[in-house]
Amino acid sequence: MKKNKTPKPLNFSTGWDYAPAPESTDHIKLEKQYDLFIGGKFVKPSGGKYFDTINPATEKKLASIAIAETKDVDKAVQAARKAYDTVWGKMPGAERSKYIFRIARMIQERAREFSVIESMDGGKPIRESRDIDIPLAANHFFYYAGWADKLNYAFPNRKPSSLGVAAQIIPWNFPLLMAAWKIAPALATGNTVVLKPAETTPLTALKLAELIRDSGLPDGVVNIITGAGNTGAAMVGHTGVDKIAFTGSTDVGKLIQKSIAGTNKKLTLELGGKAANIIFEDAPLDQAVEGIINGIFFNQGHVCCAGSRLFIQENVADIVIRKLKQRMETLIIGDPLDKNTDIGAINSKEQLQTILKYIQIGKNEGADIYQSSCSMPAKGFFCKPTLFLNTSQSHRIVQEEIFGPVLTIQTFRTIEEVIEKANNIPYGLSAGVWTDKGSKIFNLTSRLRAGVVWANTYNKFDPTSPFGGYKESGFGREGGLHGLMPYLKF
Amino acid sequence: MTRLDILKTYKIYIGGQFPRTESGRYYPLTGRNKELLANVCLSSRKDFRNAIVAARTAFAGWSSRSGFNRGQILYRIAEMLEGRKEQFIAELMIQGSTPKAASEEVSCSVDLLVYYAGWCDKYQALFSSVNPVASSHFNFSVPEAMGVVSIISSEESSLLGLVSSIAPVITGGNTCVVLASESKPLCSVTFAEVLNSSDVPGGVVNILTGKSSELHQHFASHMDVNALNYHREDKKEITNIREQACLNVKRVFTHSASDVTSGSPYLILENQEIKTTWHPVEQIGPGKAGY
Repeated sequence: MKKNKTPKPLNFSTGWDYAPAPESTDHIKLEKQYDLFIGGKFVKPSGGKYFDTINPATEKKLASIAIAETKDVDKAVQAARKAYDTVWGKMPGAERSKYIFRIARMIQERAREFSVIESMDGGKPIRESRDIDIPLAANHFFYYAGWADKLNYAFPNRKPSSLGVAAQIIPWNFPLLMAAWKIAPALATGNTVVLKPAETTPLTALKLAELIRDSGLPDGVVNIITGAGNTGAAMVGHTGVDKIAFTGSTDVGKLIQKSIAGTNKKLTLELGGKAANIIFEDAPLDQAVEGIINGIFFNQGHVCCAGSRLFIQENVADIVIRKLKQRMETLIIGDPLDKNTDIGAINSKEQLQTILKYIQIGKNEGADIYQSSCSMPAKGFFCKPTLFLNTSQSHRIVQEEIFGPVLTIQTFRTIEEVIEKANNIPYGLSAGVWTDKGSKIFNLTSRLRAGVVWANTYNKFDPTSPFGGYKESGFGREGGLHGLMPYLKF
Repeated sequence: MTRLDILKTYKIYIGGQFPRTESGRYYPLTGRNKELLANVCLSSRKDFRNAIVAARTAFAGWSSRSGFNRGQILYRIAEMLEGRKEQFIAELMIQGSTPKAASEEVSCSVDLLVYYAGWCDKYQALFSSVNPVASSHFNFSVPEAMGVVSIISSEESSLLGLVSSIAPVITGGNTCVVLASESKPLCSVTFAEVLNSSDVPGGVVNILTGKSSELHQHFASHMDVNALNYHREDKKEITNIREQACLNVKRVFTHSASDVTSGSPYLILENQEIKTTWHPVEQIGPGKAGY
């Protein structure tokens, strides 16, 4: 019998390197210091305290950011309440709509500036902020703008009305996009907003505050305040808030759910995930490999819906893993502002430590590690794309959300087996399926307990498409018609 | 000699069986003249946990049945209930209803089941969407059953409160464990007999009798319960439930009795998840073929 020969590994060291292609930063405008955006103006924080926001790729300071204390939160909520009572809550939908359209347009006009700042403050590759984050954020405003005067058509036989003041807390992985996901539907449904961006990525939200001020949106309709966990806790605990929308970790989500138990505040939670990405033997393997790469290494793996648990059907496991390793070798890790960069900087030192801790746990658990041999920048927070082979369901690296470029790989034989394994986890945010057979796709997509299922694709987002989780990945949807519901009462 | 009546033993309903509470505990239910009507099971945490196992086991089968099939089964429940109307009226009356109110309550319950029977294969169309994404993908969102739902049904009504809390939940393909009214528990056990003879698979509806004050925290904290529907007004219990619910990010919905007795597809939607599916489309753009 002829033995299967393993093909020679591809050789990428041709002596030709990519010339640097950095995006220029001289057209962006950044202040040295940012205050709190409350009632249509930037105001000093009551405690007079500031923190630094840094560029995770260079570890250099970008600006000083105000810390909002309880007093400031109260001021912001009052501004939002006043705007709700006097202007925004009463405004006809068609007028609200025009304000939101205007915000969308202004983001489009300033898209490149926002992209550059997003990459500087958060570490994501400029290709992603330029082609995904910022355009999607603008589109989200554009999409929800159009709903503002059509709400009665969305819910047959019911009369929807707004809730009041929404407190919104967002994470650092898609800073401007998450702000858009939160603000746009809240405004379209007639609510006013107090939003807090994440501690490590406040800049694009503050630039958005400038843009909103310039757009002529009535004062206090959107308030943007900065700070860390304490600021968020003060927002959640404020009695003048009617609605809380939180995107972040499952642990914090649970704390929020508990802390508002005795109130009538409405809640949406978009929490963690640990998505199964399932490759069947009949899948288009080269496309599937691209899907795996995109699923786990998109945005350095800082994605709640990342395809972090790979399941490969046993008889194609060897070939998929070989192709995957080869593809990983071609990934360029480095300067987020360089247009050649595939994987940028890890968002913060703290997050890098978390990821490295998990990589150590994976090794200790006995899984086999593989990392790409790419060169790494000397400064900044970076992490090599990492695979763990020979993992099993009980491994912590398989069960827990790592939020970094770390993929765990398991194999399977039957559909029943892979569905069981894919669903056997407290999370239920997303999943991926790769096969050429339509009936198999629908079998899988209907039995995977997850809010978003990508078939023969991965990590796709659109304002018209509802996003959100099952089980401990949270509740409520963002995007699409279903994304209106969390901001309305009937 | 007058014939001695046969009294019914009121037991609980778990996984299609009628066991007594494993705890062996009971509470006496008395009528208007303090006469003993029944020794009612005082269900325990363990009963609840057994019921959840039954509900979880039944979930895969029930949720994957066609809407049409579920509709026929709900309609069958209505048929069975209609046929035993007199028994329910009598039971409501010994629990304090006037003849008129009792008769209305049973009729309303039957009608509500018929109403939801009709929804079983229609709410999906109402709450689904095809989403016109800007990339070359086909994208749609559909409602899907949330899973196992624990229900604390209305204290005030023996039958209608129970039926109106169960119907929208099982219409949507969920399975449930229901705590019946403590002061008016009789109809719940008799209704379990109706379910048992209506082709409702065992475990889809499980009914316990007992005290909310004892059980609500377990209904809220159990890690294999996806959602809790609470149909009473006790503020302390509601706060407690919401606190416990965070353990597994359980969805909690509270209702006053009048909210639910009129029936609405939005009550079905409450215990649904929305699932969005993406698939690439090979080519998007104007078609080459013209007229």
